[in-house]
Amino acid sequence: DTVPPQVVPGADPSARQLCFAWGPAEVLVCETLFGRAGGFRSRCLFRSPCPSRFWGEGTVGAAARALTGSVTGTGDGASGSSRVFVVRRDQDIYIQTLRKLFNESHGIFMGLQRSEEELAGKSRKAQLVQVSKNYRSVIRACMEDMHQAAVSTRDPALQGQYSTQVSILSAMELIWNLCEILFVEAATAGPLLLRLLDWVRLHVCDVDSMVREVLSSESPSKHKLFWNVVDVFVLQGRMDEARHLLSKEASANPASMNMYKILDDLMKKMPVPSLGNTQTLTELELKWQHWHEECQRYLQDGTFASNPHMESICKILLGDEDAILEKKELMTTWYHFLVTRLLYSHPTVKPMELRFYAQSSMDLFLGGESSPEPLDMILMAAFEFEMHQVIKECSIVLSNWWFVAHLTDLLDHCKLLQSHNLYFGSNMREFLLLEYASGLFSHHSLWQLGVDYFDHCPEYGRVYLELHIERIPLSTEQKALKVLRICEQRQMHEQVRSICKIMAMKALRNNRLGSALSWSIRAKDAAFATLISDRFLKDYCERGCFSDLDLIDNLGPSMLLSDRLTFLGKYREFHRLYGEKRFPEAARLLLTLMTAHIAPCSFWMTLLTDALPLLEQKEVIFSAEQTYELMRCLEDLTAGNPDKQKFQDDDVETTKVEMLRLALARNLARVIVKEGTMEGS
Amino acid sequence: AMEDVSAKFVSQKISRTRWRPLPAAALQPPDIFATGSWDNEDNRISIWSAGDLGNAGLNGEYHGEPHLLCDIQHNGDVMDMQFLDQERIVVASSTGTVTIFRHHQNNQTLSADHRWEKAHYHVDQDTSCGGAACTGVVCNNPEIVTVGEDGRINLFRADQKDAVRTIDNADSSTLHAVTFLRTTEILTVNSIGQLKIWDLRQQKNEPSQIFSLAGDRVPLHCVDRHPNQQHIVATGGQDGMLSIWDIRQGTMPVSLLNAHEAEMWEVHFHPSDPDHLFTCSEDGSLWHWDTSTNVSEKPSFLHQGGRSTAYLSHSTINQSVVSAWLSSDPTKDRMEITNLIPNQTLSVNSLDVLGPCLVYGTDAEAIYVNRQLFA
Repeated sequence: DTVPPQVVPGADPSARQLCFAWGPAEVLVCETLFGRAGGFRSRCLFRSPCPSRFWGEGTVGAAARALTGSVTGTGDGASGSSRVFVVRRDQDIYIQTLRKLFNESHGIFMGLQRSEEELAGKSRKAQLVQVSKNYRSVIRACMEDMHQAAVSTRDPALQGQYSTQVSILSAMELIWNLCEILFVEAATAGPLLLRLLDWVRLHVCDVDSMVREVLSSESPSKHKLFWNVVDVFVLQGRMDEARHLLSKEASANPASMNMYKILDDLMKKMPVPSLGNTQTLTELELKWQHWHEECQRYLQDGTFASNPHMESICKILLGDEDAILEKKELMTTWYHFLVTRLLYSHPTVKPMELRFYAQSSMDLFLGGESSPEPLDMILMAAFEFEMHQVIKECSIVLSNWWFVAHLTDLLDHCKLLQSHNLYFGSNMREFLLLEYASGLFSHHSLWQLGVDYFDHCPEYGRVYLELHIERIPLSTEQKALKVLRICEQRQMHEQVRSICKIMAMKALRNNRLGSALSWSIRAKDAAFATLISDRFLKDYCERGCFSDLDLIDNLGPSMLLSDRLTFLGKYREFHRLYGEKRFPEAARLLLTLMTAHIAPCSFWMTLLTDALPLLEQKEVIFSAEQTYELMRCLEDLTAGNPDKQKFQDDDVETTKVEMLRLALARNLARVIVKEGTMEGS
Repeated sequence: AMEDVSAKFVSQKISRTRWRPLPAAALQPPDIFATGSWDNEDNRISIWSAGDLGNAGLNGEYHGEPHLLCDIQHNGDVMDMQFLDQERIVVASSTGTVTIFRHHQNNQTLSADHRWEKAHYHVDQDTSCGGAACTGVVCNNPEIVTVGEDGRINLFRADQKDAVRTIDNADSSTLHAVTFLRTTEILTVNSIGQLKIWDLRQQKNEPSQIFSLAGDRVPLHCVDRHPNQQHIVATGGQDGMLSIWDIRQGTMPVSLLNAHEAEMWEVHFHPSDPDHLFTCSEDGSLWHWDTSTNVSEKPSFLHQGGRSTAYLSHSTINQSVVSAWLSSDPTKDRMEITNLIPNQTLSVNSLDVLGPCLVYGTDAEAIYVNRQLFA
């Protein structure tokens, strides 16, 4: 309840009651027509139902903050009317430069999912560390781009936005790197310290410019910041660089040559953990003890008493906390202090001991002057090996789901998140991936990336995908084909049918019968194919000729999709045969259409009328048997028609029937004569 | 080799990539290419330089990623794109509009030169005209042919305000792509598996020939014609199948080659070395089809790397190589097929080849340039 209420900018709950509806990717907020009087008083408007299920206290802020400030559209009507606000869930999705991060990391994510545990032990670990490094290099590349953008823009607001993103990305990389050392690589005592030193060197860059300035000056040893730079090197354990600088100073002061030599010797001899297995920890500790005693001796016998700089360096080498803390400005952060402290007092620190040193280092460094910031809390949680706490804190602080989703997935692949099942059914990895992918789906262009993330959520991914995919606007056929492909590959029959139907309807509305038909053929939608066939037939009846012959003549096997389509194809074939004056074949086909009940009854009259010119041909075409069948068809039609009344009322129809009967009778007479003659001859 | 590929993430989904044509006497490999985007709220036409030639390493390999020279906003998805000449690009939009953009190379800007609004449109049953996506464009300066979802074929001239010729309802299904067969004849493919030849000299609004896939009428998405042997035509279908047609005979493809697992979006014969063919697909792969493997002597320029590369004419093309495309079972004896993008997951929407250079663009918002295709 300490979290302040979050309100959508522009919506004023004190003036009007607001109502809202949750969608999978967006919240719709609208002002109601109710005044405040009698209404309930709700202060905190937006509590994401999802995170609170799982995060509990504290996370509401994250969800709400992610929502505010991202009002993407307001419909503003007349002064009296209500407005609707569309509030999106993940505003960072809309930052142009971050699209590089989303796209490139998608590739890494997919690689990780593919890389399933075929490798065992060490090589698997190396593989996972490599994946982690790849993620970090994408963050770094994105940071550089963002930095470039910040430098090159002239718009101060934009510049501020970019700079904020640079610091967010830089914090992400810092946290990720620490997680990589502690969790993914799980560095052991010895190598652990070396990794932490690398980590500090990589991320504490506030002093870099000072170092550059001194080193590039004409005579570094005369520079006023000379000793500061030497200290920076010592604090970061960069012994070779520190010794190199000191040697310059030494050559300028031949008088104190001996003192320099001793310090240089101490620095050179300092035992450091090795990455290989060349020495045991006990060996290292022994050597260390010996070296430490030597330093102690020199300090006590006043070897460096004449030079306060060198004396302070010697104290640092001895791990003197006060001496190190004096250099607070050169370390800038408590975690630098921590690592320096470990380097000079506990070089063989074990992972599980880190928490004690971390806590006391933070307390000492901040000294009660300032309270820890969120980033400090996250790093502290990492040092305490509280992985869930790290993820939780990051979710609260960072403005996007990208980081926690990908980090959690990686940790899960490291088998570090034991089935931490949440009570609503999915585990944390899946929960975060679902959130991230839903954010992608709310974006106009990035939705395609979301598909693969849903694919790797075994519990709810499918359902989420089904819900989201139906909301993708199908602006062109090309886009529809892409969405369709996604659905077909995943056997999402319902969605396939619905997409094809939408596209077929669109085509039908635009009078594109051919396109409409190909969409229903794709979905194997017989009912819709029938509907379209009827449109073709209706057009034919109205105009007396077929449209879209290129299609109907080339139906191929798709003709079998629906009976009506079969009829359409066959009926067109009849017309072709007739046009080619292949009358006997045409006649046979026409009759089959009725006797085999391929033609719908409503179309029989048209077919019989089509028979008229064949009956009137000079040559006899229908055999006696065929003529009888035609007559039966005609009688079935007139007798069996429940709308018999209609025929009697309709003069045209009546005439047609009369004409047909007459033609059939005449044909029968002719064919009897002909067949009789043929038999006789 | 994949090491020679440089990539750039561009924060927009790429629907088309095209090399700018080289001037007739050029000795340098191509450098400038254009891209078009789709499915963004703000779509763009962009002109890129593939990378600085000065950065060429000792072995002629290139470093550095493509860099943007200029870009311009484009209304609607870029559906297709073609260079008309060195400076002008014709762009087909999902809004049905066809635009000629001009690239001013002196000050690196783009401007719209001419626009045919709603060159493709639907006649809605109840209301006014709505634009229909223009799906394909092909140029033979000054002539421009466009096709669209409305089944319409337009013939424009770059210097004329109105269409020279329009065939309404040329096709009852969607026309997906178009290319020139000869100067007066075009080839179209449609969504019911048909390949059609249209003779633009003829006044009747019907194709002069219709070819069709047997069996299921799988939609065809792309078409290209062999640059030297005009009767050889390649098409790509919704099922990822590559079809080779000999338009002198029959009405069905000469060979059907299994290729991609999803829509084949583009197919291109190499313009000067047509025993090589390139296809890309929704399944995220890009295939190089090589029928030259059995030929002892490759055209000479392929062996020269780097900056000294000269583009010789195609006089070295061997007759027997060309016919490899028409052999009854090309896969068996003569063809070598390589997937140039392993492990890609999102669609490769477009590719273009010129000289030793390949450029392609993806839905993963990246463009890739390979400058040593035959190395």
